[in-house]
Amino acid sequence: MEYHELTIAAAGKLLADHQISSVDLTKALLDRIEKYDEKIGAYITLDKDMALKQAEKADQDIAGNNISLLTGIPIALKDLLCTKGLKTTCASQILDNFIPQYDASVVSKLKENGAVIIGKTNLDEFAMGSSTENSSYKITTNPWNRDYVPGGSSGGSAAAVAAQLCCAALGSDTGGSIRQPASHCGVVGIKPTYGRVSRFGLVSYASSLDQIGPITKDVKDAAILLNVISGNDKKDSTSAKKDVPDFNLAFSQFEKQSLKGMTAGIPKEYLSVDGIDPEVEKVFNTAKRVFKDLGVEIKEISLPHTDYVVAAYYIIAPCEASSNLARFDGVKYGFRAPSSDDLIDMYKKTKSKGFGPEVQRRILIGTYALSAGYYDAYYGRASQVRTLIMEDFSKAFETCDFILSPVAPAPAFKIGANVDDPLTMYLTDIFTLSANMAGIPGISVPAGFSSKGLPIGIQMMADRFDEMSLFRAGYGFEKTIRTGQKFPSL
Amino acid sequence: MKISKDEVEKIAHLARLEIHESKKEKMAEQLSHILQYIDKLKDVDVEGVKLSSGAAFMNNVLRNDELEVSPGPLVTLANAPQRDEDFYIVPRVVK
Repeated sequence: MEYHELTIAAAGKLLADHQISSVDLTKALLDRIEKYDEKIGAYITLDKDMALKQAEKADQDIAGNNISLLTGIPIALKDLLCTKGLKTTCASQILDNFIPQYDASVVSKLKENGAVIIGKTNLDEFAMGSSTENSSYKITTNPWNRDYVPGGSSGGSAAAVAAQLCCAALGSDTGGSIRQPASHCGVVGIKPTYGRVSRFGLVSYASSLDQIGPITKDVKDAAILLNVISGNDKKDSTSAKKDVPDFNLAFSQFEKQSLKGMTAGIPKEYLSVDGIDPEVEKVFNTAKRVFKDLGVEIKEISLPHTDYVVAAYYIIAPCEASSNLARFDGVKYGFRAPSSDDLIDMYKKTKSKGFGPEVQRRILIGTYALSAGYYDAYYGRASQVRTLIMEDFSKAFETCDFILSPVAPAPAFKIGANVDDPLTMYLTDIFTLSANMAGIPGISVPAGFSSKGLPIGIQMMADRFDEMSLFRAGYGFEKTIRTGQKFPSL
Repeated sequence: MKISKDEVEKIAHLARLEIHESKKEKMAEQLSHILQYIDKLKDVDVEGVKLSSGAAFMNNVLRNDELEVSPGPLVTLANAPQRDEDFYIVPRVVK
């Protein structure tokens, strides 16, 4: 097996058995990035020396038998996770020169566990988008077909995992930004329960919806990585004081048991969503049959407020964004535009030159919806609808263990196809937004391909803090489904 | 809800953004299009429904009031676009 093909679990075993070194593994991946990333465009920033130093340290740790499941494993980070001493841009001109003075809590945890930070990956600016076309640096292409988008906003992380330019990656998910690119790139992505993972050091987009999670080559790797990054953190008061089960250990149990006894709910409202691509429907129906064959009981459920999810989300997220992004004012960090000697003029010039069009659009929507006279009609009402959406899910999980659905209504689209039509782009988030609105976990697992050879995933969502059901069902599905080629040839 | 060019200007000022004259019309159109879609929230019966502010546990998170080492001004101001020792420099605020 070649270095780049290794999963976290496989590489970890070879490292622990002294059959490979972290330096060789890291070098092999850096060479591969050198060779292919010009075509893929997954990375914004690389620091080879830093990565190799971390790899050397990992090799020393292994020699001293000081080893965790991540020791020496090269992991890529979405470029909105703060990394001490390493540029963190959020794919925005406004943070083009920003060098964090501290690590995000997830980054500290990776480092404490001996992981190698191999680079920072591309995204839609401040995670606002579903195609990674809103990056102010570069277009990331889909490794399966370079005319197509990788999805977004964690498109760089998903493309890096699919093109095997890292062992695994972290992304962030505010409305589907881990699950949708994972689906479009044929890899696994999990958005954990809100509060499972500390958001400290994640540059905020919409704080009540944002969550960091793994993008990996398979379900088991997602469990290994989630175990490391989960847990309460005093630096994030919304991180949950909840025990984190040993997801990884549970896999030995999963090996022995079938999925018998589990119940999957299929929301009847999802089947009547406009514009579901027939190829997505076909893959979804196959997935349903696979679960049935595995002994899962399939039942119809109802999420009555499905039709209002997109509208409520595209008020709440921009409102939070307009407040969060006010901090980029050209004073404390980042870019400052030349201006006249007037403070307001300096703010305006800095923000207008520093933020791209989609970010400005969302700031404007949020500012409008929160402005005097409109607050109740927009933010207030959207927050009430959010309560109803949460209640829909609580009721649904009284009768099923997980909800099965497509991830996106269609496979990846061509680069440039939707850039001028924000609303159409928003509507493609219909299946993923709910998990963020309700704070529940969701996983995307590869399930098939379109006739054009583009990957299509399926989504499972579970009740709050029940990632275990997602790993169990996801792993059972992954073991059984035959999708053909697992990774694209570059 | 339809947004006019003048309203775009007003909101932009509140958000401290400057929209180029040539782009105001298109921005007004796009925002109107989005807000018209959002108008469907009016169809939901929300009588008596509580506001949700998210999925976090709704309890206060307290800690002991203990001194911790602060990173200090050199670290805090490391990314300032313009500074003088441990002060940020901004355009004149007081006339």
